[in-house]
This record gives sequence, structure tokens and C-alpha cells, in this order.
Amino acid sequence: MTSFDAIIIGGGHNGLVTAATLAKAGRKVLVLEAGREVGGAARTEEFAPGFRVSSVAHLLNRLHPEMVKTLELEKHGLQFARADFMPSVALSKDGPPLVLHGAYGEVLTGASASEQSAWKELRAQLLRYAGILKPFLSRRPPDLAGMSLLDTASLGQTTLTLKKLGKEDMRDFLRVLLMNVADLLDEQLADIRLKGLLAFDATLGSHLGPRSPTSLLGLYSRLAGETAGAAGAQALPQGGMGAVIAAIRAAAEKAGVVTRASAPVAKIIIEKGRAVGVALDSGEVLRARTIVSAINPATTFLDLVGPREIDTGFMRKVKNIRMKGDAAKLNLALDRPPQFTGVDAAGHRGRLVIAPSPDHVERAFNPCKYGEFSPEPVMEITLPSLADPSLAPSGACVLSAVVQYAPYGLKEGWDAGKPKFLQAIMAQLEAYAPGIGKCVVHAEFLTPADIEVRYRMPGGHWHHGELQADQMLISRPVSGWSGYDTPIEGLFLAGAGSHPGGGVSGAPGLNAARRIIAMKG
Amino acid sequence: MARQIRKKPASKTANTVVSARIAAQGHFRTLRLGTPFQPRINALARTQDWYNWAGYRAPHSLWDEELEYFAIRSQAALFDISPMTKYRIEGPDAEALLNRVTLRDVAKLKPGRVHYTAWCDDEGFVLDDGTLFRLSPTRFRLCSQERHLPWLLDSAIGFDVTVEEETEAVAGLALQGPTSFAVLRDAGFAGVEKLRIFDLADFPHDGGIVTISRTGFTGDLGYELFVSADKALSLWDRLMIAGELRGIRAIGYTALNRARLEAGLIVANADFTTAEHAIRADRLRMPDEIGLGFMIDLEKGHFNGRRAILEARAKRKLRHVLVGLEIEGNIPAEHAIVYYKKSQEVGLVSAAMWSPMAKRNIAIASLERPFGDTIAEDLWVEIYAMRELQYQKLMKRAKVVARPFIRLDRRTANPPADF
Repeated sequence: MTSFDAIIIGGGHNGLVTAATLAKAGRKVLVLEAGREVGGAARTEEFAPGFRVSSVAHLLNRLHPEMVKTLELEKHGLQFARADFMPSVALSKDGPPLVLHGAYGEVLTGASASEQSAWKELRAQLLRYAGILKPFLSRRPPDLAGMSLLDTASLGQTTLTLKKLGKEDMRDFLRVLLMNVADLLDEQLADIRLKGLLAFDATLGSHLGPRSPTSLLGLYSRLAGETAGAAGAQALPQGGMGAVIAAIRAAAEKAGVVTRASAPVAKIIIEKGRAVGVALDSGEVLRARTIVSAINPATTFLDLVGPREIDTGFMRKVKNIRMKGDAAKLNLALDRPPQFTGVDAAGHRGRLVIAPSPDHVERAFNPCKYGEFSPEPVMEITLPSLADPSLAPSGACVLSAVVQYAPYGLKEGWDAGKPKFLQAIMAQLEAYAPGIGKCVVHAEFLTPADIEVRYRMPGGHWHHGELQADQMLISRPVSGWSGYDTPIEGLFLAGAGSHPGGGVSGAPGLNAARRIIAMKG
Repeated sequence: MARQIRKKPASKTANTVVSARIAAQGHFRTLRLGTPFQPRINALARTQDWYNWAGYRAPHSLWDEELEYFAIRSQAALFDISPMTKYRIEGPDAEALLNRVTLRDVAKLKPGRVHYTAWCDDEGFVLDDGTLFRLSPTRFRLCSQERHLPWLLDSAIGFDVTVEEETEAVAGLALQGPTSFAVLRDAGFAGVEKLRIFDLADFPHDGGIVTISRTGFTGDLGYELFVSADKALSLWDRLMIAGELRGIRAIGYTALNRARLEAGLIVANADFTTAEHAIRADRLRMPDEIGLGFMIDLEKGHFNGRRAILEARAKRKLRHVLVGLEIEGNIPAEHAIVYYKKSQEVGLVSAAMWSPMAKRNIAIASLERPFGDTIAEDLWVEIYAMRELQYQKLMKRAKVVARPFIRLDRRTANPPADF
């Protein structure tokens, strides 16, 4: 039997990135994936005969450039140009939509002249501030206990960038940092469609409404991402999200990574405080010097390691990670492309957002605090088959939507609530794309409860832990252990539950691999 | 008593909820709770010298500190230990849970035995020390100074075990001193002579059960008795009647505190600060820093703080050491500063006395390494002796000595001697 230096648990995109990076550094790496194929929530899957869709993540907006470079993903067929950037369309029931073109609205259309200039200013400010946070939101969090020279230097660098802002701008940066997004938007913008879109983007994937304190951080976190070197740009590769996985997988395989699917891990074997291997559900035992868990941190410690091998205080922290998702995924197989009122052909190829105003987003959020779904949900919609006909039968169309708010712990239970929530979503869609209901051939609707089961994401949370101020940076996944290593020697974390969080970035996976290499693991 | 909360009726109308709440509000009227032995202790309390032990009203002394101390060493002393925090830990995984929480290997603790142990937080700092009674293969009683229910319950996640606090439900007595065995025998506890040191057994009492262990906090021959609260007074009376001719005396904490110091035993939050009480970061102590390093069992599998303790040992991060001192002269050096070469401050005395048994001036002190560790020479303590409204500063030579300061053969003699 071949022996491995490192075993990666979980073949999601981060697990594959860690595997490929470690393999490129000369280690023999085995990836164990519980599902039938790798890719986790970033796969392209057939959900109706002839219809394929990106499983959960359906847009790329934060693929980590260093990861792309390290794994040479461009050589493996993953390349983007400005022409691939998708516009964002803020849909409106009573009037023409507003469109952000290029990289997060380099050009704004559908708004008044004064609003355009206000946006230009706000956009520049948002990108400037996101730029300051960018190193924090991509690198390994600073190690407060034992700051290395490199840590200190990079912190110093950030201080310098702050200084370069100038006094006024620096004050403003600090003032708005933990603000709620709605208040900031009200300061600078007037158009509720534009404000609705930004409010939606800031709160997407988190248990926050636009008026919740710190909700602006979500927008920074998004704008710290980039595509083809352009901050805030979004795209989708040909073949859907699965194409990203295919490229990372190709890089991994070229570097010698061995991947085993349908190999769920039952237990991480600990001997004298050190992780020495894994036991599969089948009973098979595999040993390696380094064990990397690229799955959920709570699952890792509470299920695979078990409370007996970790300290009580650490377990308390892990149990307290908040991870109840609020986002549902709707995949529709349509017999023909839908027509969203007032949207042109280019717009239909973009990201269509139903979030008519910040108040609307806030009202959608309100019931979810009390375990109820939004009666008028907000959502972002893509029609990926328009740009990539291979995803649907000829003449037909795929609709992929991420919908909020769908609280994981729905009070009435998702068995009862699911059809009702789907009805509410379809009513919203019908209002913006009349006649769409009649075109539906098949609907696949995944509540957070469904996402949890299908993609092994506790709480159905795609970040594997709320991405809010108290669970970010040095507090992610738990305070004191944010550096990808864990209290168990030889065991590392590499998934979205670690800094900087979820979304298809590969950043946690890359950082974890670098940490392992630095620790000679 | 104030704790008699009205049982809630099945139907919870707003009114009954409110009146239950009002009834429960009276708790503050009892500032210090009484123990199940309170009627007997109150009757004997001539000095009325009370202190607060974990929220209970406990005596410093009852009639005479000196004579109470000598009751421990020459007769039989009865001390109410009911305020001690007690947890019942029971279930198939009880041993595994306690192995995870505490430092020593609980697998080595046989049913019917007791051991002294301690437990730490994640950082390896001592949360408390205490005694662990193995009542059966799957049932334990953990006794300690501080309260730990949330910690124990969180530690129990993933273990098939129940953890319950039984401090109020179980009354406890320590019967210590040379005649303590004879008292128990005369009280009719047949078979008590079979108990070796750290053994425990159940005995019938008043239609119930009393658990007697040959343990104590005095370094003397002695026993501890645990009984359900409702049988507490009958147990007290049974012992007092049987002990009358053996010189049995109820005592307060001052006397016990002297005996424990002679025995070299430490007290949490007197000789070291427990991790959850410490406010200043440098007051936290690892087991190796308070003389409890011997408990650490690295072979038994994971336990709380293991990683941190290993790291501290490897990186030589252990900054303190707890030692026994013998100090010249006969003035107790209580809370005196310890000096190296009479000038460099290196530690503090946490407990001190002139020991009538050892005929030595003894103390327990915490020193900063390497003093007390590799440098044990030229240590001094500065004693402020108050002499007719004037402090006389005495610089006395201190010698690091082994604990316990006294060893009494009768503590471990088998069978226990009859006096």
C-alpha cells in the first residue's frame, strides 16, 4: 500500500487546493471525499434530465489570485477576461432596472446623473477601504501570542496603507468600519434600487439585515475579492462552477494527488495528543504524518476527533460557533428562457437581483430572527445556460437562484414550510418575470436543511460558520486557534470555517497548506 | 427555611408563576445558609466566631482555638465539612469523564478508594484540587473547594454520564484524631477497623447509609463521613454520645487549618489562586508550580490542559514553585515576604505557624524559580512582629524542607490503634 505524508478530509474546493499546494511542495497527498465526486458545494450537477447547474455557489467573485497563480489554474483551463464580467441588475417592479456594469459598477446605467456621480464616489471609497482590509481578508490572521517578523511586517504594511489614505479618509474608514450598510448607503445615495442591491450584497450569506450593526463588513468582504485582477468583478466559467473544480483537480492530479471518492471518514485517530491517521466508515485505517480537515470545524472536532481528545474550553468554543444558514438555493429547469421585465439580453446573462430597497431586505430579514421565512424573499438569479448552452437542452433554460431569508431552524419545520416558501419565491419571480411559472419543467429547491444533508454543511451554512465580526480573522473558527493549526498536533483545518471564510476563493485552503509547509508538517 | 420554594402547580397561570417568584425572592434574607448540623453547632458555639464558607455559616472556633487544635492531635475532633462542594458523577463513562477532567489516572482508582487530585483549564492552570471518591465502578463523588458544575457539565458532553451537584443533599463530617477509630467502633460501625488509609465503605445508619472513608485534612488518624442531610443530626448525636469518654470535641476551621499546615496540605485560594478566581495573569498556577506535578499522568490519554502542561515543561515556562519552609525562631511568618540574600524579593509565605507537634516554625511559600528549585540556599523571611504597638522587623533564615512537616504513624497504622 502506498503511504501518504498528508491526508485531506473533504474534497471541496479548499481541500483540493490544500492537496494540490502540498503536493506541489513535494508531499504525497491523499484526498478523501465522502460524496460520489469531489467539488463539494461548488460542483456542476444535473438536476433534471439535460439540465445542469452550479450546485450551491453559482458565481465567482473572490477566487484568490495567489491560489490561481500557485496552482497555475490558467494552464488548466481557468481563465477570465473583462468580457466575462457579469453585470448586476437591480430589478424593479415599477420601472426600468438599474445595472452595474463591469467590475461592480464601473459604469452605472438606469440611474439619474446625480446618482451616477454619487455612486462613482461611493464605489471608489468602498474599494479603497476594502483594499485596506484585503491583506487581512486573505492572509493567515496575525498570531497574537507569538508574532513572527513576517506578521509584524505585514501589520506595519497595513498601517502604512492606512496612513496613505490621509487623515480625513482614515478617520472615515475607522468610523464606518463596523457600521450597518443601510446607514452608510443613506448617507451617500438616493436611489432605493441601488441601495437595495448593495444592502442585499452586504448581507448575502449571513444572518444579518442591512440595519444590523456591522453589516457593512459583508460588502467589504465581497469587494476584497477579485476576478481577473478587477476588484468586485464577478463571472462564471463555461461549464458552471464545476469547471473551477475541474481545473483545481487537474492541478492536484498533475502534482500527484490521489483522490478517493465515496470514502467518508468516521474518525480521526489520535495517539498521545497527535493525529496519526483516519478511520473510514468502512473500517479501513489510513495513517499519515499530517491530517488536514477541509470540512466543517465543528464536525471535525465534535464528531471526527470527539470531545474526549480535546480540552473542555476548546470544545465550548467550537460548540459556540454560530452556523445556521439563511440562504436557500432554487434550481429551475425552464422550457424556454424567461423574460424579466425591462431587462435586455446582456442583463439576462448577468446577475439579476430582487432586492427593491434596503427596507425590503430588512423586512425580509425580520421574520427569520423568529424562525420564520421571508414572505417576500430577496434573491440573486442567474440564467447560466444563456451564456453556456451546454447546461440545458436546446431552447430550454436553467435558472439558478440564491434566496434569503430561509432560517435553518424554521419554527414550523422545513417539511411543512418548504412548499410554502417555494410558493412565496415563485410569486416573487412571477412579479418580475411574468409567465415564468408556466415554463417550469422541474424545480429543485434546497433549504438550508437540505443543503446540510446533501453537502455535509452543518446548518446549511456555506461559510461553515457565520461570517460576522466576532467570527472573523483571529476569532475564526475560534479565538486562539485561527492559524489553521489546532490543539491536536498534526491536525490542521483548511475549510471555509477557517479564515477568511466561504465563497469559492480557495484562500483557506491555500493558507492552510502554507502553514503546514511552514510548520514542516 | 428560605429555600423552601413552593412546588409549581401543573397549570402555570400568570398568578402562580408570579407568586412562585415572590416566594423564591426570600432567599436573600438568609445571608449565610446553615448546614444540616447547624442546630448542634449553634448550641456549642460559645465564641460566636463565624465565617463564610462557600455561602455557609461556618465556625472559625467554637470555644477555644488552642484546645480545639489539641483535640485533633490528642482526642477526637468533629468538623462539619458539609459546605464542601460535592458532585455525584455516575454512568458507564464516569471514569472516562473524570480521566478527561482530572490529572490523575482514575482507572487506577479502585472502587472503594479515594484519591486526592486536581483539575486544570485548557491552558493547564489549576481550577481546583479536591478528593475523588470511587463509590462503585460507575459512581463517583468529587469534593472540592470551588464550584464547577458548568465546567463538569460541558466536559461531560459526549460521555454517557450524569453530573449532579449534591452539596445540599449530602452532609459531611470529618472525625479526626487518635481516638477517632475508637469512637466509630464504639458508635457501632462494625467493620470500620478494616478501612485502610484512603479506603471507603458504606455502613447502616438510622435506616439509611453512611459512607465512611479513612481520609482527612489533618495528617492524623481520621475519617470522613457522608450521610444524607436528613440523617445528619442523628449521626452527629451518635458520634457525640459514643465519643464522650474519648474526648470528642466539635471544632472550627482555625484548629483544622493548623493541623493541615503541619500535614503540609495546601488550600485552594489560600496557598494558590484558582484559575477562575485569578484576575491578574501572573497569578495563575500550573500543577507543577504548586507541588501537584506528581498527579500529572501523561500515559493515561488526553486530559484538560495536557497540551499546555507538556509545552510549559518543554519550554521551561514553569515560573513558580511551592515549598515547605522551616524558619528559625518561633514567630509565625504568616504572609511574610521571602528574600534571597536578605535583599532580593523571591516569594511569599501563604501559611505559617509554630508547630507544637513538629516543634518547628513552619511555613508554606510560593517562590519564583529558580529560588526554591535549584537555588535553595540563603533564603530569608521578613517577619513583622508587633510588640506593644511597635513593629519589630525580624529577618529570619528559612530552609526549604520536605512536606509533610509531621508524619504520624497512627495515620496509616493497620489496624488503627485503640486509644
